[in-house]
Amino acid sequence: MTAPCLAFHRVSMEFPGVKALDDVSFGVSAGSVHALMGENGAGKSTLLKILSGAYTPSGGSLLIDGQPRVFTSTADALAAGVAVIYQELHLVPEMSVAENLFLGHLPQRLGVVNRAALAEAARRQLELIGESIDPWTKVGRLPLAQRQMVEIAKALTRGARIIAFDEPTSSLSDREVRRLFGIIRELKARGCAILYVSHRMEEIFELCDHLTILRDGRHVESAGLASFTRDRVVQRMVGRELANIYNYTPRPRAGSGLAVKGLAGPGLAAPCSFSAEAGEIFGFFGLVGAGRSELLRLIYGAALKTAGSVSVAGRTVAITSPREAIRAGIVLCPEDRKKEGIVPVRSVLENTNLSARRRHARGGILIDEAWEHANATRRTEQLRVKTPSLRQLIRNLSGGNQQKVILGRWLSETVKVILLDEPTRGIDIGAKSEIYAIMQDLARQGVCVIVVSSELPEVLGVADRIAVMRQGCIAAILDRADATEEKLLKLALPVETARAS
Amino acid sequence: MASAPSPSRKALATFLDKAGMLVVLAILFVACSFYVDNFFSWANMRGLALAVSMTGMVACTMLFCLAAGDFDLSIGSVVACAGVLAAVVMNQTDSITLGVLAGLGAGALVGFVNGYVVARLRINALITTLATMQIVRGLGYLVSNGIAVGIQREGFFSLGNSMFPGREFSIFGTTFRGVPTPVLITAGCFILFGFILNRTVFGRDTLAVGGNPEAAHLAGIAVDRIKIIIFTAQGMMAAFAGIVLASRVTSGQPKTSEGFELEVISACVLGGVSLTGGVGSMAFVIAGVLIMGIVQNAMNLLNVPTFYQYVARGAILLAAVLFDRWKRRKGAG
Repeated sequence: MTAPCLAFHRVSMEFPGVKALDDVSFGVSAGSVHALMGENGAGKSTLLKILSGAYTPSGGSLLIDGQPRVFTSTADALAAGVAVIYQELHLVPEMSVAENLFLGHLPQRLGVVNRAALAEAARRQLELIGESIDPWTKVGRLPLAQRQMVEIAKALTRGARIIAFDEPTSSLSDREVRRLFGIIRELKARGCAILYVSHRMEEIFELCDHLTILRDGRHVESAGLASFTRDRVVQRMVGRELANIYNYTPRPRAGSGLAVKGLAGPGLAAPCSFSAEAGEIFGFFGLVGAGRSELLRLIYGAALKTAGSVSVAGRTVAITSPREAIRAGIVLCPEDRKKEGIVPVRSVLENTNLSARRRHARGGILIDEAWEHANATRRTEQLRVKTPSLRQLIRNLSGGNQQKVILGRWLSETVKVILLDEPTRGIDIGAKSEIYAIMQDLARQGVCVIVVSSELPEVLGVADRIAVMRQGCIAAILDRADATEEKLLKLALPVETARAS
Repeated sequence: MASAPSPSRKALATFLDKAGMLVVLAILFVACSFYVDNFFSWANMRGLALAVSMTGMVACTMLFCLAAGDFDLSIGSVVACAGVLAAVVMNQTDSITLGVLAGLGAGALVGFVNGYVVARLRINALITTLATMQIVRGLGYLVSNGIAVGIQREGFFSLGNSMFPGREFSIFGTTFRGVPTPVLITAGCFILFGFILNRTVFGRDTLAVGGNPEAAHLAGIAVDRIKIIIFTAQGMMAAFAGIVLASRVTSGQPKTSEGFELEVISACVLGGVSLTGGVGSMAFVIAGVLIMGIVQNAMNLLNVPTFYQYVARGAILLAAVLFDRWKRRKGAG
């Protein structure tokens, strides 16, 4: 076997109170796709950040073609032929595709950009990966999948030979994923070394040659993919056997929960009606943009409804703000945890008590420190949040633990209806199964659980009934027994217009 | 944590992180006491405290503003306008109370407008308060006809010029004069607003709003109301500082306190309050205000020409922010 063109040698990374990486070694050879898997918090992102020059490892070294290298910036890494394509893309939305591709070394004459040469060069680069975007299109106007292509083209423009992908398919459609895989295979054929980070097992088995598994910052195993089965991958990732991550058991219904009648507002094409009982887990499936999150926001009062009514436990409630929704017993775990869920610069304790502390303050004004501490301790223990202390800033926690803190925030309230918008997005498999267990527990206690998900196995696995949304309306509501992947997908796909046939 | 390879260094980092600029303040104070003649004397301490009292007062509410993710540029103009208005009303009505109330009311009104525009109409705080800064400055000139308004009621002057205790006293044979009233008021403000920030739901909610307004809103916090209250309090506090100033100089000065807003914001940032919101404490503010004051005072005692003082103050602010950045990178990465 040839010497690896990228190797991590006994790499460690320490943050105060956390050892993110501990003595990790493995190599990636040229002309291969190497998968990197692990639960959230296993150290994958840290490893990528070391590769891209955002972090300098506190121990060990990074070898490129056998030579130890230290990158102190992305530019450094790029100069050595290393590019990392992140989930959140690093392009300038206000600038054109061509300018983004050559940012930092635009073709110029006496300091004036040579637009003709720029366009020509950009077109050539895009063709290499089979894209025919007009080079003068503003990047901000492109759909996400194409932006990703631009990002790849940009890496190639800089002569990258080692390319790392961080969850590249998390917001791509099936067809776009096919295209991306085609390009990655092409890069591989050209002799690039690819490091591929993903949670999606199907993708890994389809695309990759080798697999490295990390757990809690430590290297668990590296081997050719042929020596793995899916079950073994999961087992090695979590360090224990996971029989059935959904662990569905039927529950008794406990009377009326949430009833929505003729609800209309921004993001919905037609008034929506449905009712879910207390003790029920009610799923919403649909494609991105089908109006599921918008429906939840209308119920929660985060967006203002133009018509319709919401009732909780048989009583109509007038909700015009989240504050009133919480008072009525409705709570929401939003889709975008970072932007809408957590307050990153505050502690786990404060994030847990963010809502309920109002009701536990002395005289409604003074913080009850004893209650704050007791409640945060109780919730972190109950939900098994992994944190060095309650004073730790929540932004230093992994995605799964952040989600648990938000769940803990709502368990501190008297909840009748809990709205969960993509509760397991970007969360590792171990934390996922814990969150499913929490959902079942809540339902068993008589809470009405509404869960929005884009993952078919997930809705099918956890929900008692499933509503399918399509183009801003509820297309159908199915019982668990009747629902299959095919049925749900067929219902979710946009209806072809008469003209198309 | 004790099992880490270099516990002493880590402990130092943690200590620096917790104590922040208070350490710098302590070092600076000790150094000045040793190396600057006349620095460590009761008279100079009193002068220093009096010099920073206005900044200190207004920094208390500015802390809330910054913690909530906004800032307020109109306070310098409010200080001038409220002082002038109080002077004019006092002269017209011959009532101290009415004069003070007029000043405070005007400040509250300006603050409320700022808060309403920022929170409800969602206009950026920079633009909003830049506009009101000029409007209010203009109103101050209009009320006073552009000239200083001398105050006739002498009883009013005691607000800014009295001491507590009023008579000299001696401890171990050393004679002290009292502490100026504005200094006591500022100390009171530090305690009151520090308590509000740390120990009340309002204070904690303020930090959450600054840390992530969307998440705070979805957690049921009344974001708009909090912002409006903060700006209104800020306006009133600036007006109060303006009234104290008018009392000290026995007149309403329409030209006074230009650039005061930047001085206050500098002091807060110097102490370690984040401009992006969500991070701040009263200890930071006190440290920032005192560091600014001590540097100014020491430079005066050393007869550093004014022009150099500007350069030095700016350099110190920049150095403090860079130090903070360095500390943070060392800390959490």
